[in-house]
Amino acid sequence: MEQKYPVKKVNIICAKGAIEDVYATLIMGNGAVMEGIETNLFFTFFGLDAIIKSRMDKLHTAVVGNPALRLPGGLRMPTLLGVIPGMESFTSWMMMNEMSKLDIPPVSEFLDLIVAGGGKIYACKLAMDMFKFKKEDLSEHVIDILTVGEFYEQAAGEGSHIIFT
Amino acid sequence: MAQKTYAGTVVDVNEEGYFTNPSQWTKDIAVEIARELDITLTEQHFAIIDFLRKKHLNGETLSIRSINHSGVLDVKTFYQLFPGAPLKKATKIAGIPKPASCI
Repeated sequence: MEQKYPVKKVNIICAKGAIEDVYATLIMGNGAVMEGIETNLFFTFFGLDAIIKSRMDKLHTAVVGNPALRLPGGLRMPTLLGVIPGMESFTSWMMMNEMSKLDIPPVSEFLDLIVAGGGKIYACKLAMDMFKFKKEDLSEHVIDILTVGEFYEQAAGEGSHIIFT
Repeated sequence: MAQKTYAGTVVDVNEEGYFTNPSQWTKDIAVEIARELDITLTEQHFAIIDFLRKKHLNGETLSIRSINHSGVLDVKTFYQLFPGAPLKKATKIAGIPKPASCI
């Protein structure tokens, strides 16, 4: 009989703080929780913005240096348009708006859902020190601030996978 | 198409055991499917099953988030009632197709 190797645990690292980076982590993480897979989310570098209370629901997407960004209708967005004041906020608002139509929640609510299902949220110690964040800056869902070694300890186990988004 | 017998009734299911015809569902059938999944149904289970069936029959997409807006229970309780993969288990017991949603 064919042997099956189910994914038993996922450990997702989010190192970037643009909307699409953070949502990739949250959607993959929530999806894993919904499947009954043990889930650890580890936020580091700019990805920390997703778990910083004052920033988590104000994420932006890059309008400069983002060659895949298109205007409504499908034309490429010229980089020069991206430098217009307010363009980044407007584009980010539009993206969040389109996502909410698909029932994709804001970051804070998404973390609520993941934690409600038993997912665990961690912050990176080195990045916290570098950006001079304190524990109080973090969402109450963050259960610990980990070093790299501690992260690998958390990630250990048969059928466990580490994903870097 | 596969068939299964629950509570003395033959029902149409797909290869994963999800109903292909939600109108064949009854509460007695739900109790038997739940037993296969090691779940004993309570009033609270039936309340959310009812919500899921109504949403499905209205043609709405089911997501984990919609549970919070059900007015019946919150997501945390939902995970406790259907341990493991709640939306998959709950829809199977509710006699409706497996949700095609990623969230």
